[in-house]
Parts: sequence; C-alpha cells; structure tokens
Amino acid sequence: MSKKLAIIASKGTLDWAYPPFILGSTAASLGYEVTIFFTFYGLQLLKKDLSHIRVSPLANPAMPMPVPMPVLIQALPGMEAMATMMMKDMIKKKGVASLEELRSLCRELGVRFIACQMTVELFGMDPQTEFIDGLEFGGAATFFEFAGDADITLFI
Amino acid sequence: MNFDRELDARGLNCPMPIVKTKKALSEMSSGQVLKVIATDPGSVKDMEAFAKQTGNVLLEKTQEGNAFVFFIKKA
Repeated sequence: MSKKLAIIASKGTLDWAYPPFILGSTAASLGYEVTIFFTFYGLQLLKKDLSHIRVSPLANPAMPMPVPMPVLIQALPGMEAMATMMMKDMIKKKGVASLEELRSLCRELGVRFIACQMTVELFGMDPQTEFIDGLEFGGAATFFEFAGDADITLFI
Repeated sequence: MNFDRELDARGLNCPMPIVKTKKALSEMSSGQVLKVIATDPGSVKDMEAFAKQTGNVLLEKTQEGNAFVFFIKKA
C-alpha cells in the first residue's frame, strides 16, 4: 500500500506558495498518495490566475535585498511589487519552476486538492468561477478523513 | 551504457528533475533504462533517494563537466 502525505496550505504569498506544490509533486513522484487542503490565504493558490501572488519584504528580515533597506522604506508603495518582481526574476534565472507549472504537475500526478468550504464562504469567494477545475470542497472533517491515515502531515 | 530513453533536465531545479524522471519512467516499460542529464547539484542525492523509495534501480551516476548523468532501470 502506498504511503500517504497530507498537507495544509494556509499561506498565500509567493514564497510560501512553493512548499506545498514542491513537496506535493515530489511525494507523488515517489509514489505517495497526496492530498493538499487549502485554507485561509492558501485558497489564493487555487485561483485560475496566479499573477496576483506576491511576496512582501515587510516583517521578513531574512529576505535577501540588493541593498540594506530600513523597514520604513520597505513599507512604501511599490516595494512589494518590486520585491515580487525580483523574486520572480530570481526563480526564473535559477531554473526553479513557476507556481503554475508545479501546480499543474501536481494535478497530473494525481495530487488531490481540497478547498476549505468555510473560508471560501468567509472571504465571499465564488466556488464556481474563481478556482481551477477539479477541486473538492470540504471542511476539517474531510481533511481528517485523509490525514488520519497519513504517514506524514504538514502544516504550511 | 545502453539506454532506451533520454531525459534532458539541464537547467532545471528541485523538484523538476525528479518529477520529470518519474513522468518519463511512467511512460516506459519494466526493465527499460532511462538516461537523465541534470545540472542541479541537489539531484545527485535526490536521484538516489528516488531510486531507493520507488524501487527503480540507479545503475550508474557519473559527472560530465557540470552535468550529472544517471542511468535508471525501471522496476
């Protein structure tokens, strides 16, 4: 019987969008059965268009910057867009796959995506039009149904 | 070494060499050999771990310049 991996994806920034898709696609490649439960800001990763996913330099002192940048400067308009552009550029240059690519690889490899019904409603999202196809909608009990038998469970 | 299929994963970073290897192997039949060329230094350890966990056999790994070459026999 194959091993199982359960992931909760709770974050919607460019940097934190990667781990669920990287680990999910890798585990599926290794023969794991993988389910990712997307909740709160993690729901953003299920949107059809991912171009709005950004990274913020704010409250992130570990983020590499070309020059040392005081926090107040990081808070200025345009800084988030700049940081996002820089990171996307770095991702491309280093041969790291795009989020879209990793996400569709997950689908191809049979990774199951569950969108948290409660947060979809909380944020007033439209389950019919905003998300990619082939999602399941469910709650915490749906997650535990799978995670209860999982060999590995990760909260990201 | 003889091989049945070649996968060029040069320039790709984690986890793409592994995921592409898995995809290529799934289109091959048991006993066939896949040659993978990668430049990701992490792929050296990852390919061993992939073989160990999936039962596919890593027949050989070599380095050619800045590229790593793997021969994997499908289980």
